[in-house]
Amino acid sequence: MTFLTEPLAYEFFLRALAASAVVGLVCAVIGTYMVLRGLAFMGDALSHAAFPGVVAAYLLGAPFYLGATVAAVGTSLAIGWITRRGRIRGDTAIGVLFAGMFAFGVFLFSTIPNYVGDLFGFLFGQILGISATDLVTLTVLGIVVLAIVAVFWKELLYSTFDPLGAGASGLPVVALEYVFLGLIAMTIVISLQAVGIILVVAMLVTPAATAQLVTDRFSRLILVASAIGIVAPAIGLYISYWTNTASAALIVLVETAAFLGALLLGPRTGLLRRRRSPRHLTV
Amino acid sequence: MTASVRLDDVAVGYDDRPVLEHVNLVLEPGALTAVVGPNGGGKSTLLKLIAGLLRPWSGHAEVFGAAPGAQARSVAYVPQAESVDWSFPVCAGDVVMMGRYPRLGPVRRPGARDHAAVAAALAQVDMSAFAHRQIGALSGGQRRRVFLARALASEPELYLLDEPVTGVDAATQEDLMAVLDAEAKSGKTVIASTHDLASAAEHFRSIVAVNRTIVAQGDASLVLDTDVLLRTYGGHLLFVGDRAVLIDDAHHHDQPPAGEIHHHDDDAGTPGRRP
Repeated sequence: MTFLTEPLAYEFFLRALAASAVVGLVCAVIGTYMVLRGLAFMGDALSHAAFPGVVAAYLLGAPFYLGATVAAVGTSLAIGWITRRGRIRGDTAIGVLFAGMFAFGVFLFSTIPNYVGDLFGFLFGQILGISATDLVTLTVLGIVVLAIVAVFWKELLYSTFDPLGAGASGLPVVALEYVFLGLIAMTIVISLQAVGIILVVAMLVTPAATAQLVTDRFSRLILVASAIGIVAPAIGLYISYWTNTASAALIVLVETAAFLGALLLGPRTGLLRRRRSPRHLTV
Repeated sequence: MTASVRLDDVAVGYDDRPVLEHVNLVLEPGALTAVVGPNGGGKSTLLKLIAGLLRPWSGHAEVFGAAPGAQARSVAYVPQAESVDWSFPVCAGDVVMMGRYPRLGPVRRPGARDHAAVAAALAQVDMSAFAHRQIGALSGGQRRRVFLARALASEPELYLLDEPVTGVDAATQEDLMAVLDAEAKSGKTVIASTHDLASAAEHFRSIVAVNRTIVAQGDASLVLDTDVLLRTYGGHLLFVGDRAVLIDDAHHHDQPPAGEIHHHDDDAGTPGRRP
């Protein structure tokens, strides 16, 4: 049992466990809608787009969350706006803005003397370094995101499944799309410290993708994704503690392993499923 | 009596491409109207205009005496089968329940009345036994039944159905049209696009022929009028002796606007797929 209990003696480890559970849960819920909306790459784009905000906050001595939120929300609204104009496809708008914003972040970063030091933390997260204040902030922000989803879960589901039918029946489909982009941006801001810019997309997409392999009902999908989002980071943190390796990487690796496991063993895609007779032979 | 739909010299389109121009149309409650016309002629566009999904560029459009979209709770729109992602993780009952969402509003969960309405709608289209089936596991005809049930569950005054019976078996077509006929008789307004002229003549009480504008409007005998057919379908008509044969092209819907996804899978049971 010391295997499980020993790390719990350290406050930094407890904080990391709590933070990763909050981040994992929020990411899984938002990620489920993202995957169903075909917005998986939006997560990657917005996390990179948050970078200049983080650096600007650092330079100005402003709170980290403020800078990241302004940059990520601003970029998500800009992507939505450009796509609504027609002409430019959504994935193209994402590609242009995500690279542009990240480049702006790197530029800002390079104005800092001896800038290499903290770069690793921004890119790959520093969950073991999360302070008590950080934990409170990200928990409050996480509750806000989940509360908004709790209010609009039906409307988000309907407008994701059938935007035309939902729009014709009076749901504000465009407004819901902007609300959802804002939720993605907030989720990324919450996750940045834990897993860093580069790996956030895995926290968002992998639990939902794994859940899709085991169930085809939305309610179960979001439950399975949430369970993975909460449990996988804890396992990752323990492995990282005992092997003295990068914690964010292990969180993502455990989630990826869960995905591969579901792919191999899942009821529909699994290698072990019973071979059915070809469809044209069934009655 | 207020007309259900009143269009007065309306033009509408996507981006900067006009699809319909100089459209004049009045439909009263109780109408059971088929919208026919060639592919790309504007059938779907007309439905989206009435649904409030597209804003008129010019002219005046009214649905129940207000701007299209203003009375959205009274409108049920059923999209083409191809615009639906059939792998989406919802079962037939979930889809029908979505018809109740707009009247429920945010936060509130479906209650006993909503569950009763969903059960009644599923029974009306003979799909009660399939309520818990994931929609992708349903046949083409069953999928259309489920979407009509969603429309019924929303208790609308106006039904807008984009190709509701395309690619479905004859039994499903008879069943769905019987339901729509009953709704129209009870004073609801039913407008459905179809590329099937025989079905339009047999099942609908009035017909609107559309090709970039409203070419003709009248009762079911309209589709037997060679002159109307010629003006509606133009080059798609082939005359064999004194009979007109309609040469339909492969993809039956209007060119979708940028960003509208169409799901084509290779499941033989999917409606709307024709060689």
